[in-house]
Order: sequence, then C-alpha cells, then structure tokens
Amino acid sequence: MAVTVLASETDFDGWRKAARDFRLAGVAPGTARFVVQGATSAAQGGLFDRAEPAKSEPRSQRTGRQAEFRVPAAFVDLAKEVILHRSTDRFDLLYRLLWRLGDEPDLLKVISDRDVADAMERAKNVSRAAHKMKAFVRFRQVHDDRGEAWAAWFEPAHRVVEKTAGFFQRRFTTMRWSILTPDGSVFWDGEHLRFGPPATRDMAPREDEIEEFWKTYYASTFNPARLSVKTMQGEMAKSYWKNLPEAALIPELVAASRARTEAMVAAPAPQPNARFAKAVAPDLHLDRPGDVTPDSLEAVARGVQACRRCPLHRDATQGVCGEGPRAARLMIVGEQPGDHEDLAGRPFVGPAGQVLDAALEEAGIDRADVYLTNAVKHFKHEPRGKLRLHKTPNAGEVQACRWWLDAERRLVRPRVVLALGATAGLAVLGRKPAVMQERGAPIALDDESTAVLTVHPSYLLRLPDEAAKAEARRIFVEDLTAVRRRMG
Amino acid sequence: MARLDLRHKLSVLADAAKYDASCSSSGTSKRDSVGGKGIGSTEGMGICHAYTPDGRCISLLKVLLTNFCIYDCAYCINRASSNVERARFDVDEVVDLTLNFYKRNYIEGLFLSSGIIRSGDYTMEQLVLVAKTLREVHDFRGYIHLKLIPEADPKLVEMAGLYADRLSANIELPRDEALARLAPQKDVGVIKKAMGQVRLGVEAARPARRDRIKPPKFAPGGQSTQLIVGADGAPDTEILDRSASLYGGYGLRRVYYSAFSPIPDSSSILPLSKPPLMREHRLYQADWLMRFYGFSAPEIGEGASGGMLDLAVDPKLAWALNKREQFPVDVNRAPREMLLRVPGLGVKAVDRIVSVRRYRTLRLEDVGRLTRSVAKVRPFITTLDWTPGGLTDAADLRARVTSRTPEQLSLF
Repeated sequence: MAVTVLASETDFDGWRKAARDFRLAGVAPGTARFVVQGATSAAQGGLFDRAEPAKSEPRSQRTGRQAEFRVPAAFVDLAKEVILHRSTDRFDLLYRLLWRLGDEPDLLKVISDRDVADAMERAKNVSRAAHKMKAFVRFRQVHDDRGEAWAAWFEPAHRVVEKTAGFFQRRFTTMRWSILTPDGSVFWDGEHLRFGPPATRDMAPREDEIEEFWKTYYASTFNPARLSVKTMQGEMAKSYWKNLPEAALIPELVAASRARTEAMVAAPAPQPNARFAKAVAPDLHLDRPGDVTPDSLEAVARGVQACRRCPLHRDATQGVCGEGPRAARLMIVGEQPGDHEDLAGRPFVGPAGQVLDAALEEAGIDRADVYLTNAVKHFKHEPRGKLRLHKTPNAGEVQACRWWLDAERRLVRPRVVLALGATAGLAVLGRKPAVMQERGAPIALDDESTAVLTVHPSYLLRLPDEAAKAEARRIFVEDLTAVRRRMG
Repeated sequence: MARLDLRHKLSVLADAAKYDASCSSSGTSKRDSVGGKGIGSTEGMGICHAYTPDGRCISLLKVLLTNFCIYDCAYCINRASSNVERARFDVDEVVDLTLNFYKRNYIEGLFLSSGIIRSGDYTMEQLVLVAKTLREVHDFRGYIHLKLIPEADPKLVEMAGLYADRLSANIELPRDEALARLAPQKDVGVIKKAMGQVRLGVEAARPARRDRIKPPKFAPGGQSTQLIVGADGAPDTEILDRSASLYGGYGLRRVYYSAFSPIPDSSSILPLSKPPLMREHRLYQADWLMRFYGFSAPEIGEGASGGMLDLAVDPKLAWALNKREQFPVDVNRAPREMLLRVPGLGVKAVDRIVSVRRYRTLRLEDVGRLTRSVAKVRPFITTLDWTPGGLTDAADLRARVTSRTPEQLSLF
C-alpha cells in the first residue's frame, strides 16, 4: 500500500503531484492511498498504513515505458471539480481514471463509462453546490471602524468556497464582505481576496433590519392557489433552510394556503369599487369602423387596422396600408407586406423594397411621386422557429382585400396601375394573369386608367443564377422605364 | 389617504405583481462591478435566490410601481373596478429596496411593472426613470426587466431598451376576441406593434461584423410575453399556434404560460376554480418541444385530442404513441433530429449519445447512464443488446409507460 498525505481536503496540486508520482511508479489503483493531513477518522486510512510523502516511493518500480505520460486537459478540469466533492473516495476515483487513461486515451469522451459517469455526476453535484451557494448566501450588514461591511454564514453542500469567491468579488466589488463557512472563510476588503480558517456560526452577525422587508416580500409574492411544496424542495433543499431567513415562514404559508384559496373561490362576486366609473379609461372596442365605404385615405388606414374580412390579421402585427401622394399618377401594387413591412407598418421597406427602390431610380422614377401599396394588407406567413416564412395569399384573401385596394384606387385615381407579380395582377385585373406573357403591355381598366404587369422584385431575389438574375432585373427596369414614358 | 409605511406598500405591490410568471434573469450580456462605482453582475446563467412554497423561483424583486390602474381587465387583480388595496411607490423607494435586497444577495435585480396611471406615456416614463436612476446614479449592473406599456411613445420604449436587460409586453389572452371582451382598454394590435419595435431594436443593436463602433445597447436579454391559460376558451392547440406565431414574429426569448388563478375580489365573468396547473405544465413541455426539439405546433397538435394536450402523458410521448411506425430508433445510428423525438431522451442525453457513439457502440446499460430513466426510453429504441420486439406496437404500451412514471399524475 502506497500512501501520500495531502495538505487539505481541496489540495489539488498535492493530489496531482502525488498521483503523478504513483502513476510513474506503477502503483495500481486500489493500492494507492491519499490521506488528508490532520483529518481524523477511520475512513481516512487503515491502522497500519505507512503515511509518507509520495516522493519516497521506490523509484525502481518505474518502468521505462511509463516514464512519460500525458493526460487530456479535460481530465485536469474534471479533477479540479471532483476534488471539491465531500465523498471520501473521490481521490481514489480520480486516480483510477488517471490510471485507465494510460490505455484508453479517449476514456473521458466515453461518458457512458461507469467511472467517467461517476466522476461527471460528482462534478455536476459540485457545480450545483456552487450555484446554490451563489444563490443562498445571505449577507448581513455590520459596522466597524471603516464603516459599513457585510458578513454571511453559509454551509455549502460541497467544498466550493474558493470556487465561488470570484463570483462574489465580481458582483460586490465595492462592498467589504466576508463569507464564513465550516470549511473555511473568504474575505474581500475591496482590493484583495483572502482565505481564512474554518469558522463557526456564532462568528457571524445574527440579524439585519432589512430581513423583515425581505420576508414581507417572500410572503407576498407567494401564490397560495398554486401550492407545490415538492417543487420548492427540489430546488431549495431543506438542508439550506436553517441559514435562509425567509425559510422560517414556509410552515405557516403552507398551512394557511388551502384556506386562503378556498376563501377566494367561495367569495361572492364583489361590487365594483366606487371610484371605478371616474377612473376607468374608455373602451377601445365600442366604435369599430364597420363596412362604411371609406371616403379618405385616412379612413382606409383606420379601416385596415380593424379589418376582420379574412383571418390574416390574427398572426400579423398590423395592417400595412399604401403610402404616397393622394393624387399620384402612378400606383404600384405589390403582393403583401413581408416580415419587415409587418413590423415597420410601411410598404416596401424590406429586401424586396430595396430592389424596387434601386430599379425605380434607374428607371428615372422618384419613389416620392408614387403611391405604393399591396394587394393584401396583412402579412401571410408560417412560423418556422425564429423565422416567418412568406406564404402566398389565396384567391379568397385577395378578394377580401380588394375592398381596400379598390378604395385606394378610387381615392388616388392614378393614370397607371403597375401590378407586381401574379397576386397583384389578380387584385387589379380580377383574373389570374400569366405574368411573363402579359408583362409590359398596357391593359385598359374600367375606370379609364391603364394597368401594366411586371414581375415582383422578390422574384429577382429568389433567382439563384447570377446571369438569369441580371437578365430579369434588366427586364424589370425596362418595364418601369416604359411606364415612366407612358405617363409622359 | 394616510401614507402607508414602506413595508406595507411592499406587501401590496408584490402581491399585485405576482401573477406575472416571468422571473428569469438569464440570457443578457455578461458584466460585473469591477472598476465601477456600484454593485452588480450578470454572468449568463440566471440565479434563483429563493423558492416560495408554490414552487416558483425568486430571482428578481418583482413589484409594481403602483397598482392604481385606469384599465379594467377582468382577469387582473388590479383592474380599476377591483376593491383591492391600492398603493404607490416613489421612484427612490423602489431604487432603495432593489439596492438593499441586492447587497444582501436576495435577488439578481428588479422586475418592474405598473398599473396604468394617467396615460401610457406617463406610466412608461416612471418605469424608465427607476431604471435610469439605478443605472446612472448608482451604477447598478444587475438585471433589470421592465414591463413595456404598449401604448407608450416609441421614444420611451427606446429609452427602456437602453437601461433594461429585458422588456416584456403581455398578450395575456390567446384569443383576440377574448382580449377585446375581457380587456376593453387593450388593443392586441398595439401590443404586437410594441413587440415589433423591440425586435427591430434588438436587431439594430446587434453589431454587424464590419461595424467599428458598436451600436448602443438595446435590451440584451431580449423580450418575453405571457399567455393566461384557462381564462378564455382557447384550446391548447390554439395557444401553441399563437406562441409559434409570437416566437417567429418577435424573436421572443420566452412565452410564459400562466394558469388562470383565483384572485381575491375576482370578477364574476371568469371561472373560479383551482388553476389548471397540469395543463400549464403540458404547455410548457410543448413549448420546449417547439424551441429545442424541432417540433412544429401542428405536429404537437397531432398528439392532442379535441385541441387539448393529454394531461396523463407528456406531449412528446403522446406524439410517439401516435407515430409508432417511426420507432424503434437505433441509438447507434439514428440522426440527432430523430433521437430528439424519442420519449425520455432530453437534449443533453441526445448530445451525449451522439458524442459517445463515436467511441463505443452503445448497450442499453450505457443509455441508462446517459439518461434519467431507461424504462421510458426502452420501448422506443434499439441498442447493441436490446430490441423492444413487439413492445413498441403493444396495445397496452401507453398504460405501461404511464404506470412506470406515476409522479406525472400527482401534481394536483
């Protein structure tokens, strides 16, 4: 049996050095023992073990093949965590893993392995204990000759005081504080972090006046109708309760919750309070615009916001109306607002809008002179995770929305209506056109204006082939230019 | 009215705020108080500093600035017509409480909401003022969640985004018609527009690769919302459709589901009964399936009956029981997306399986060490030494898997 003495329960460097020497000396797991200095108990070692530094182990046991070995960095990280676990056999587990890594260099990646799973489970418990320490430490205010300072008594589930000290330092940098635990203490004076010996509860302050406020908050934020003690205890184990001031309230809150809930359910419906009539804001839903034919673009805008002619309003942010001069000579009709238009509430501000803007400029048309709108005023889409995928509106939705487009046409009276794509064509012409065959050619409309068809700019965005894209764009600009000439 | 003492106000205004389920303090930018004049840090993972006996975590000081309100939403304890006791904090009182609680390590920060007083603009201004004071006067670097008053001026929303980690506006009712009926002063369109503005703000604050100067911060913890379950007649599938639409539309970090809970002095037009906690739980599970497991809302709906999720089994198991032809799945070969659909395998377990199987061919015992309960998984997988045979298609499979996990039924 080879034995080494470690300086403390968390003496990682001592363990690493000793384990390395054992490993080089060929000391098999099961025959290596790690004993913590000063620790008393039968669990720490047999009566006849010879405790001595690992250095004095006979070097002759070392074989040439084993003279050098390397461990993955992940092992060092894992071991640093596991050593903080309170189990007494953690050193042996780690040494067994170290030993096995010689023949199985990928061992740590086999997280289904019994030893690896065991070590990872302990590391997880340590990490959880550290997290709970960050959560459950409760500082109390004290005063000394330098003024205000803070102190806490805490009993961590594992030996995580040093591991969590940095967290408290980063969070409470401008406070002077101490955390006292049975494993050791940590002090921050605003500049230096210092570790001290184990402490006892009576060394910590016993009260803090703000605790009454905290308990008031704790009791008030609790909803008795949702009592679920098991869930609470799963996250805030009873072992922590003795150092949490608010936990003293738990028994009475639990005991009273049933009666409080029943009283709420049983209580008769109350009379509205007397101030109510004076205090309440007006009901927004009383004067929704009905099917009155809109007599202004403002009335169209209001009407579209309240429109329930088809279900598309449900998943859209808002209706997007047309914009532009009320006597524009050119009206451009797109398909429907897209993701950006839906959020911004304006037509043609997304990627397709940018394509249109550039093409308009090239064709010599000023966007500010054009009335821009869409066949359908709400964004039809399908959610796909964090995205919304465009969906083409169906004939019924286009028909429902013609009410608004017709009103816009009637009010603006453009000389030319340029329809972008098949959906816009359907809305303007009342029939589904063949865009590629009919594009560019003037089509007389009933109100003496002229319709022109061309492709939708989003079609240009979708073409994968660069050459095809350039050609389609050329045609698009050509169509726009022809429209400009038509208007004179 | 006599001036209420601060502790009493705290009890009134915490009680008034507790029906908002959100208490998260995660997902914001990392920062600490080193080199600063104040206190506070956020290190990515949120921290729950305490749990109340309802099983909910306390991460933030969650209070209303005031519970006076000119809106009369039937489901809300603070509606104008309610006889509940009213109170109002001063800006400095909230600031002091936040700092005092934070210094004692009770909280991660503040979640501040408010009843609507005077106007949306005035109310939002007051909320922003609290956040501004904490940040600028006290250099507070902890977490701040501000409630958005949707009717407020977009400029105020912009300021809120500058000081807050997270913003939220609550949709509350899954059905628009119900919102119009039960919350006559609210307009779902206005709420959605405000959420749209937040999404655009968050996207604009994300620095592009070529930006030399970082754009100003805007709500680095994103936005969330809440839906009340069981106050209107919306079935689960409709609620999940609504969630999917909100996640897609506004880049929400979370949709919270809050089982409608009896409140003191409650309106006669609402159901008065125990909150449907199991239903709420199933909706959260379904929400997880949409966000992390690649399920769409309609797919989850396939496992529902009459639009309602099965209360006896979780939605993934319900889906699998309906889709037995897709099982068993070979854990040693199946793609990650398919492993994620196996009942009983969580995201972590799946990632472990995918990483281990590069080095070892897995046996059932190995899978047992990588997941919580092999009993639930077993009928749906094959391993080197295990095949479920007729078990996957057994008529009583549902009974077998549910009887092994009786704790699922015991929440009520």
